[in-house]
Amino acid sequence: MYQYDTYDQAMVDARVAEFRDQVRRRLDGSLPEEEFRHLRLKNGLYLQLHAYMLRVAIPYGTLSGKQMHMLAHIARTYDKGYGHFTTRQNIQYNWINLEQTPDILAELATVEMHAIQTSGNCIRNISSDQFAGAAADEIADPRPWAELLRQWSTFHPEFQLLPRKFKIAVIASSSDRAAMRLHDIGIELVKNAEGVLGAKFFVGGGMGRTPMIAPCIREFVSAQELISYAEACLRVYNRYGRRDNKYKARIKILIHELGADEYRRQVEEEFAHMKTLGLNPPVAELERISAYFTDPAFEQGLSDALDRSDPDFAVWVDQNTHPHKTPGYASVTISLKPAGGIPGDATADQIDLMADLASEYAFDELRVTHSQNIVLPHVRKADLYAIWQKLDAAGLASANLDLIGDMIACPGLDYCSLANARSIPVAQKISQRFADTGRQLDLGELKLKISGCINACGHHHAGHIGILGVDKKGVENFQLLLGGSAAEDVSIAKIVGPGFDEDGIVNAVETVTNVYLGAREDGERFVDTYRRIGMEPFKEALYG
Amino acid sequence: MVEPQIIYRNEPAVTDAAVPLADFADGTNAAAVRIEPGDDVRALLPHLSQVRLVEVNFPAFGDGRGFSSAQILREAGYTGELRATGDVLVDQFVFLRRCGFDSFAPRKPLNLDDVKAAEGFFPDFYQNTSDGVAAIWAKRHKVAP
Repeated sequence: MYQYDTYDQAMVDARVAEFRDQVRRRLDGSLPEEEFRHLRLKNGLYLQLHAYMLRVAIPYGTLSGKQMHMLAHIARTYDKGYGHFTTRQNIQYNWINLEQTPDILAELATVEMHAIQTSGNCIRNISSDQFAGAAADEIADPRPWAELLRQWSTFHPEFQLLPRKFKIAVIASSSDRAAMRLHDIGIELVKNAEGVLGAKFFVGGGMGRTPMIAPCIREFVSAQELISYAEACLRVYNRYGRRDNKYKARIKILIHELGADEYRRQVEEEFAHMKTLGLNPPVAELERISAYFTDPAFEQGLSDALDRSDPDFAVWVDQNTHPHKTPGYASVTISLKPAGGIPGDATADQIDLMADLASEYAFDELRVTHSQNIVLPHVRKADLYAIWQKLDAAGLASANLDLIGDMIACPGLDYCSLANARSIPVAQKISQRFADTGRQLDLGELKLKISGCINACGHHHAGHIGILGVDKKGVENFQLLLGGSAAEDVSIAKIVGPGFDEDGIVNAVETVTNVYLGAREDGERFVDTYRRIGMEPFKEALYG
Repeated sequence: MVEPQIIYRNEPAVTDAAVPLADFADGTNAAAVRIEPGDDVRALLPHLSQVRLVEVNFPAFGDGRGFSSAQILREAGYTGELRATGDVLVDQFVFLRRCGFDSFAPRKPLNLDDVKAAEGFFPDFYQNTSDGVAAIWAKRHKVAP
């Protein structure tokens, strides 16, 4: 994985010193909160309902065992002993003191980590495929491109005060595991007719109040021109994105109002100009970065055979491992979704254990997934049983990847100052209702996503089943949505009808899964059946 | 005219009163112009040879359009005074400098010690911009600017 050189290290060290000075000025009163606010946000520091929350960047979701241990140390030392992995492959701490934040950043900097641009109206952490560099189906490792973009976007002087936040994802497989087309810019690495690798740009996707699927704005951008093209996309947005209404300020609204063709034309005009400005690093820079992402020393000629005599282990292997490009290896997903748990939360001890497993079995590498789980990307199949036993002992062996128990939920009204409703108790009740693994397996792939307000941090628009918490005259109310997807079959879910109370929504989820079980045809997932039979049968069962 | 608090030029600040960008469409012979956030600064490019001062106004610091306006002017070869006015804060100072501003007339004067500190934090940057300072990648690969 990528390692800082002296320039990268100096950058994060400088940011610690700068932020320490900003906090000092805030505390001595010379920096008013209204000016400090956007500075702390650009460092991932939110003021939530009960305390400050700190979001730490995990670029493209990749980290080492040492970095993972540091995340555990911070949870233990500065928080209440746990952390929350997010849908953008970052980690959040919910109980942070402002005064200690510079020290936390200084500790992070010792392991090449930071919280730069994890919030605020700027380019956020670049996300990617959690199986990058391991997946059997990728055409290249997308992470060198993501790292190139990370460096370009870090403290980009022109794009520090955009109309609104800006999220970029990079993938390199036709399977989309990163919700790529629901990003402000989604990049898919593709090969052109000559077999040369380049970037296909989708611009203007997003969730929030107005969900949109990003249209393709350019079929192919070469590595040599990646930065100038991205810069052109951003400049058009910075100049013409709406600033009169924060709810209409994302780039998706600009592109919707201009039309994709007109946006494309403006970007091409800017791109023609930008190509002449010397903005693009030489190809040698992408090569320098790529050298950090070469394969670890995989053993050759390993067998794919497994001892499946332990039935619980066999279920977990089938559900939570992913095909690896190297024979005898697999990628393991550690589910952070135990029945009754808080999706994406892990204790400091669990974080340490996952770090230890990475060091012992997985070439010291871990990934965070956009569905709030942890991946050990490169594991010998011969070691799977030992890993599973250790995970099981730590409460980390839920065999529910991509099943109804593997839900995404935002922090909701338990923590978040924007929320209208509590998402966590709903998630807990649903996961308990469907706790039986056999029942979950029978339902098959089912992406359940829960947001506690219309800002959609829990991705309810993209759930096969989505739940949106709203405030209805002072009472929490939950709307049910069906038919969304964040994958390569991307679609936006639709609201079924009137909302439910907390127990009512749990029953409603069960009702729609029963409709599916009664109507499904061979091999259909929940969302396939929904697409075939439409909303009516579900509506009828719920409100009939 | 707005007197700059800080200036990084070898000549004194231009003292002409700045006229709105729209005046250039009507053939003004003014040498100083004020750019508001919603202005298309490219309308000024045909007239750059007569301009010695561009004031880019920031009515509210959170509106970052002025950063693009400044970059566009410098990219077009403008070498005259480029002054940031309005809600200009010390924590934007380095970004403004990197986008080509060389003159600062903040509504609320900046603490000069804080400015000095801000200028000292970051030794290098990842991007090439109109300020002509070599990006980190250029230093890594010894690319001439």
